[in-house]
Amino acid sequence: MREVGIVGVGHTKFGKSGVPFGHLLSLAAVEALDDAGIIPGEGHGVDQVIVASMGAGMINRQHGVASALVDSLNLRPAMAETVENGPASGASAVKLAFMAIASGMADVALVVGGEMMRVVSGWEATDFVATMLHPEAEYNYGLTLPALAGMFTRLCMEKYGIAETDLARVAVKNHANAMHNPVAHIQLVPDLAAITTDEDALIINPYVAEPLHVYDVCPVSDGSAALVLCALDIAARFKHKPIKIAGIGQATDTHAVAERAVPTDLLAVRLAAAKAYAMAGLQPEDVDVAELHDAFAILEIVEAEEVGFFPRGQGHLAVRSGATEIGGKIPINTSGGLKAKGHPLGATGVSQLVELTRQLRGEAGGRQVVGAKTGLAVNFGGFGNNVVATILTKGEE
Amino acid sequence: MQIDKLEQSLRPAEREKPPYPAKYITMANGQKLVVHQAVREDVPVLLEAVRPLIGVAKDFYDIVAARLYAELLGWYRFRVKDEYCLVGTIDGEIVGIVNGREVNADVGMSYHTMAIRQGLRIGAQLFAAKMEYHLDFLGEQEVWIVAESPNGFKRWMIEYELEARPQTWHELGGVPTYVLTQALWQKHKGAKCGGRRPVSDELLQTARQMILPQTYAQLPGWRR
Repeated sequence: MREVGIVGVGHTKFGKSGVPFGHLLSLAAVEALDDAGIIPGEGHGVDQVIVASMGAGMINRQHGVASALVDSLNLRPAMAETVENGPASGASAVKLAFMAIASGMADVALVVGGEMMRVVSGWEATDFVATMLHPEAEYNYGLTLPALAGMFTRLCMEKYGIAETDLARVAVKNHANAMHNPVAHIQLVPDLAAITTDEDALIINPYVAEPLHVYDVCPVSDGSAALVLCALDIAARFKHKPIKIAGIGQATDTHAVAERAVPTDLLAVRLAAAKAYAMAGLQPEDVDVAELHDAFAILEIVEAEEVGFFPRGQGHLAVRSGATEIGGKIPINTSGGLKAKGHPLGATGVSQLVELTRQLRGEAGGRQVVGAKTGLAVNFGGFGNNVVATILTKGEE
Repeated sequence: MQIDKLEQSLRPAEREKPPYPAKYITMANGQKLVVHQAVREDVPVLLEAVRPLIGVAKDFYDIVAARLYAELLGWYRFRVKDEYCLVGTIDGEIVGIVNGREVNADVGMSYHTMAIRQGLRIGAQLFAAKMEYHLDFLGEQEVWIVAESPNGFKRWMIEYELEARPQTWHELGGVPTYVLTQALWQKHKGAKCGGRRPVSDELLQTARQMILPQTYAQLPGWRR
């Protein structure tokens, strides 16, 4: 199997897009191609294009977006597919591009993740996301992702002693990180007391799905992110030294959350991370920086435990101690995470790897983790029923 | 008739209204939003705060800014009856403006809500303050409201479950009218309307400075 690395990254500002969906995808793609030193047109050398999007068909009424993107970027006759795996579409697309190169079917692949969700109301967006839940056991009863996350959070709070302020601490940390990330959706650092204990806290930070407040939940965002992958044996052609994709693991869990043996576990996260570590030959303690899928604040805490950074039930204590801040034991969501950088579903998994690539290149500016050589990303589909973990490593200097 | 007397005769008879007592709300970033009632002499500076947004089509800022400008000018030049204006400031800087009019003892007419600073839900707090003025301090039974932007529709019509009353003609024109009744206000105000009173003299003095915004997120690159 050929080794694969990342040689180009691109990322639009997350938030509310002012351009059509296809254009949004192309903005990140062009930036990534340029970053790699690829000039579209004759002899471009891109063999495979994969687009990750969950809602292009349903929200934007567009199918076949990968085919359209290839043409608009003048990358014909590259192979092209669109991938949908819920909010884990981005990391799935990277996995498939990795497989295409590792197998020898392609030398160079462009992966673009994108979503344009703010063309519908928040209620419609919540309903659209809920369509990935079990149609008979969950969706039909009005369950939504925030509702499931609320129940999951309550169980974890009761079992492990997590407080609402612990969730808010995750938000404050990630928003502070986002202040150093120019592409982050939200540029505001909440004050812990203002959103938790002040007299007006429940007015400015109301419950969304008790015990989750507004600041415990990611925003609805538009945006796109892109990566150029290549076989390491041809990486010298490109502008940047490659960041190696050292490990990828993926695992699934029951579709209906109620069927899980231990409802406070995120088993697919644990299994996906274990596979990625095994493939990379690394351990949790080898990871210098992580991007975890914090669509809800509780997920960052529990995922950090499931990937082995902290013992079960102690993730919130690590947040309290500052261990997950930049400069702490294991900085998590230096980009601002989904919480503050934003969560355009199909873009998220790609965006996480853009951040890790920048960290490992040493290009992360004010949010740089000094000396970072290994990064882990967890991209979480459904309510944890399909999870992709990816490990990136920096080569020797 | 002298011109001055003629002009005087055009001015509407104003009804004495109880004042809106200033309040402050601690926003998510810890800053204090002070909401206080503007007086007529404040209007020139308010017009300057609004004017740059008249050219911003995104999110219907242009129509809201243009109409708010005209309404404030109409109040300043004595051409609107029983209008009022509440201003939101943070550290003395104008971050949002709301206005409306008392139609009679039972009915209020909501005009506009403009959040100049974005991202802190300032518009939501100012809209709630405006409803508080109509329904708690002026003692009206209902407020007539229209939305000129989808954001406004989401914030007011949906979140407050406003009563649709399309047959009622709002002063802003043909946009369908919705109504916040006392019953709906009592249902929602606990979750929507924040704030503490009294405001300290120091905080209120700072608020009354009404410093003009130097930049607007809606106008990238623009500086006063």
